Amino acid sequence: MVLLEIEGLRAEVEGKEILRGIDLRLPMGEVHAIMGPNGSGKSTLAYVLAGREGYTVTGGSARLAGEDLLAMEPEARAAAGVFLAFQYPVELPGVGNANFLRTALNAVRRARGEKEIDAVNFLKEARAALRRLSMADEMLKRNVNVGFSGGEKKRNEVFQMALLEPRLAILDETDSGLDIDALKIVAEGVNALRGPDFSALVITHYQRLLDHIVPDKVHVLSEGRIVRSGGPELAKALEASGYAGLAAEAA
Amino acid sequence: MPAVAETIETVSAVTEGGYKWGFETDIETELAPKGLSDETIRLISAHKEEPEWLLAWRLKAFAAWQNMTEPHWARVHHPPIDYQDIHYYAAPKKKAPKSLAEVDPELLRTYEKLGIPLSERAALAGVEGGQVAVDAVFDSVSVATTFRETLAKAGVIFCPISEAVREHPELVRRYLGSVVPAGDNFFAALNSAVFTDGSFVFIPKGVRCPMELSTYFRINARSTGQFERTLIIAEDGAYVSYLEGCTAPMRDENQLHAAVVELVALDEAEIKYSTVQNWYPGDAEGRGGIYNFVTKRGACRGRRSKISWTQVETGSAITWKYPSCILQGEGSHGAFYSVAVTNNHQQADTGTKMIHIGANTSSTIVSKGISAGRSNNTYRGLVRIMPKAANARNFTQCDSLLIGDKCGAHTVPYIESRNPTARVEHEATTSKIADDQLFYCRSRGLSEEDSVNLIVNGFCREVFKELPMEFAVEAQKLLAVSLEGSVG
Repeated sequence: MVLLEIEGLRAEVEGKEILRGIDLRLPMGEVHAIMGPNGSGKSTLAYVLAGREGYTVTGGSARLAGEDLLAMEPEARAAAGVFLAFQYPVELPGVGNANFLRTALNAVRRARGEKEIDAVNFLKEARAALRRLSMADEMLKRNVNVGFSGGEKKRNEVFQMALLEPRLAILDETDSGLDIDALKIVAEGVNALRGPDFSALVITHYQRLLDHIVPDKVHVLSEGRIVRSGGPELAKALEASGYAGLAAEAA
Repeated sequence: MPAVAETIETVSAVTEGGYKWGFETDIETELAPKGLSDETIRLISAHKEEPEWLLAWRLKAFAAWQNMTEPHWARVHHPPIDYQDIHYYAAPKKKAPKSLAEVDPELLRTYEKLGIPLSERAALAGVEGGQVAVDAVFDSVSVATTFRETLAKAGVIFCPISEAVREHPELVRRYLGSVVPAGDNFFAALNSAVFTDGSFVFIPKGVRCPMELSTYFRINARSTGQFERTLIIAEDGAYVSYLEGCTAPMRDENQLHAAVVELVALDEAEIKYSTVQNWYPGDAEGRGGIYNFVTKRGACRGRRSKISWTQVETGSAITWKYPSCILQGEGSHGAFYSVAVTNNHQQADTGTKMIHIGANTSSTIVSKGISAGRSNNTYRGLVRIMPKAANARNFTQCDSLLIGDKCGAHTVPYIESRNPTARVEHEATTSKIADDQLFYCRSRGLSEEDSVNLIVNGFCREVFKELPMEFAVEAQKLLAVSLEGSVG
């Protein structure tokens, strides 16, 4: 079954067209990588799928398990199982990480018609998830992303993802700014979620993340279109030839 | 607040939905004729069976008031107030009750609707981990005070001020007007002339008050003003935490509230005074609402005494209020923690004054202003270091949060230092709820409104943590209600 089906998707930001007709099918249980040079539209695609204001869809469609994703409010997309791991996670001063996560988790559970989780069970689950990600419990007490290092912010994103159990995760350059140890931890966090009910779009500039999260497919984005698709070997080829060579080939 | 069926009805009955405390209680009320004169004051004083000295004090205040003019330096605008068109005394008709059992059941129901457990049994059952003694003031009179016997055992006096005038005249006479003199300012003078009730608290030497004390003020009658007067005295080494809450029915007229609160802390005493102010703010178009002109001042008279003001101001059409500390005792400390929320057409001009007189005195000011709708929110604060206040310290942090683009936030700090060893720090920020913060929360599944609440509560956290636990929860809910519909 296809979880995410994108057809002819066009979008603009501040009147400038960034996505110029994207077609992509992400089957349930698969992980696809989206690669491409800076400015090719990778992050725009992530924001359009998550419903960020200011990213205007001008054509095409995106369906999640057959439902019109683009018609939903951002919070409804979260409830439907979409999770965006931000490239630049946002700071929320004065808001405790634990409180934020439990509020989010319960909002999502309510929307899904599930029972809310109480504080005790939440803490139990949260601590277990933290251990899997080699993160300290102290993370729960800190304010959301405030004073976090770059690596901590990215790990916090993966931690949130683990708790919210999405069926479609969109990782927007989660590897940027990570050293190799942090990269491995993040990759392990994502790999732990892999299974028949979990799909992901892994957006990255570099091949090295894909050594650790091995994708089922790789798509190359250039100037708002997918110009090539292939297996994991495509990422390796790109590493060797660079995006410039690829663009020349596509033209 | 318990979701009583009537409360829910009241809420759905009004289009703007916001104010849940707007019901009116059908109760027989005794009103003084409208207008202010020597006659009115004599009538109030006679009703309260006051001693001659207090009547004389009132009349002197009234004489002073007649020669004063309404202040207009605050950033608030309102049509002229007709002081002759107000009832200065309103009281439930039944005679003052001797015990809770005699309190008019209609009154008890009103306080129940407000979520205040008045009967002691309910209080015992309802408040976990701590007890709260409540004094309830309905229009001009105190109708019930709970836990008085428990408190009396500890030596604490907690009673309506009108009763204190009769039972403890020497204490009242010594301290009344000693912090806020009768002629201090226009509204304080008016209050001194016509104050009707309020709470009196006395904590004797070395006593730590065994429970939170609390007063709930309720304006019910039409065309009335409320002028309560609160006096709290903590003797050497005493400690008390006191909280006031206030609500009023929804009316399309403006009602005047001009209170005076005086605090006195002697050597090493500590008074924590918290306010959750939720007077009716007016409707979405700016009709009606309470004019809240209040003078609150604490005197740290003793060595190393402490006074802290914590306020959460969500209500009133106009708020004009500057809870202050006079730091006279050596090493005394004053604190002001404030959250002021304005929405729709509300106006708030609020802040504090820290007057450093003694050596080694210190003060902390944390002010969080939140403006939404078409409202205006001003922080106005004075830090004054007198010549003898060697090594005085002040830290001020003043943050404003804007929601939407039709509201205003203003910060007006005054700093006067006359001692070269003093150190005064002032930090101020103004921010908007950022789109990326909202989107981040929503992408995690929170609705837009829940996202705003979460961000705003985070913004106010430093102040909320100063409130007693159960009131912090209430304050968060209030904030949510006050900002309903402010986004989108």
